Amino acid sequence: MDQAMVFVRPLLVFGAVMTLVPMLVLAERRISAWIQNRVGPNRVGPSGLLQPLADVVKLAFKEDLFPRQADRVLYSLAPVLAFLPPALAFAVIPVGRDLQIARLDIGVLFAVSATSLGVYGISFGGWASNNKYSLLGGLRSSAQIISYEIAMGLSLVALLMVAGTVDLQKIVEGQQGILRWNLFYQPVAFIVFWTAAFAENNRLPFDLPECEAELVGGYHTEYASMRFAMFFLGEYVAMVTMSALLVTLFLGGWDPGFFTLPEGLFGTVLSVAVFSVKVLAILFIYIWVRWTLPRFRYDQLMHLGWKGLIPISLLNITVTAVWTAVHDALKRG
Amino acid sequence: MAFLKSLAYRLYLPAVLKGLANTFSHIVKARGHKTFTIQYPEVKRPVRKGYRGEHRLKKDEQGREKCVACFMCQTICPSHCIRIVAEEAPWADRDKRPKVFEIDMLRCIYCGMCEEACPCDAIELTERFNVVATSRAEKIYDKEKLLSM
Repeated sequence: MDQAMVFVRPLLVFGAVMTLVPMLVLAERRISAWIQNRVGPNRVGPSGLLQPLADVVKLAFKEDLFPRQADRVLYSLAPVLAFLPPALAFAVIPVGRDLQIARLDIGVLFAVSATSLGVYGISFGGWASNNKYSLLGGLRSSAQIISYEIAMGLSLVALLMVAGTVDLQKIVEGQQGILRWNLFYQPVAFIVFWTAAFAENNRLPFDLPECEAELVGGYHTEYASMRFAMFFLGEYVAMVTMSALLVTLFLGGWDPGFFTLPEGLFGTVLSVAVFSVKVLAILFIYIWVRWTLPRFRYDQLMHLGWKGLIPISLLNITVTAVWTAVHDALKRG
Repeated sequence: MAFLKSLAYRLYLPAVLKGLANTFSHIVKARGHKTFTIQYPEVKRPVRKGYRGEHRLKKDEQGREKCVACFMCQTICPSHCIRIVAEEAPWADRDKRPKVFEIDMLRCIYCGMCEEACPCDAIELTERFNVVATSRAEKIYDKEKLLSM
């Protein structure tokens, strides 16, 4: 039974994420339409629900192009590299009580390092396309990841001081009941982490690698067909993974907040449902923010990263460290 | 106070929240936000009076074409899309009638000058605009087609 579960769990979780992505694309299009007083896709299927299917069919039947003088190996490798790392990071996220593909005692470190690997796909794609604009997009992505990864890591340091562990399952278990969610202990870290997460996922207002206004699409300008679809998929999977990580670290993971889950299978199913609702709420905010804020200018982005988020998170670490030390000293008497 | 204000400005967050509140009111259609989209094939936009669509040739009360092949429209047409070949009319009230009357709809710019120039009120622009053709030849309308519209 346990050996079977080794195969079933990844299939379940991966399948759920893969199903979520097309729904997310549709939600993005519908919500953006509502915000802009439009209607949005409503032709395919009942009120447009089958639109993602039509999109996939369209992409699959498009011609698979190789730009002349593109680096063939890197060009085919890049979309895979953009998609795999965020999917990989999902392995350590506890999607429900006792439900996790792989329980690592260094879960946080693994998730953060895996999600930041996604930038290689984007940089390689920009480089291999042999196009000035794509290269600029790739470069921007690298610079952005380097700047915001630091702020993200520093905000996590403060969080881990409070949590006292890097095992994601234990972090969730330490947050039972809404008042014990890390959000209320580390609000500054929460805001810094979330801002950095936007930047890591290349979502607006930080989507400078794409930046269709100045870079004609950035790193995926030269990509078509399923290779482009892989980039697209990678972006959305990264979004789902980041939201899941955010929920796990700050919003109590699968903890419903106001009551304790019942024992047994029903409780586990309920925990998955709670986790999903939280992730969906975060994803909605992702979309909502995208269609509200304009894009940062490149120097503003660097300014916010280096002169804003990093000093704030360093200060947060100092305050948290002093507070923890004093608290422990008082406890010991 | 001024310091707090500038801090709030530099933190971006108040402005961000204000923007988010605004877009959310759009999502829930609060404050009377209205969608202006017309669901095209089902709902058609009313054609305005004086709209210049595809041409037609008019007939008189005896069912004959009104056109007397005077070449006024062909002469004034700025895109040279009208081709007329005249022949002698079998009727007593006029000398000529068009043997060939062709309009190349792909060249036409729908300016309505032909309608303005016509002394006999024989050519007219209708309100038809959404006509599909699968070849170029189909878009060259001959006399029969123009008269039948």
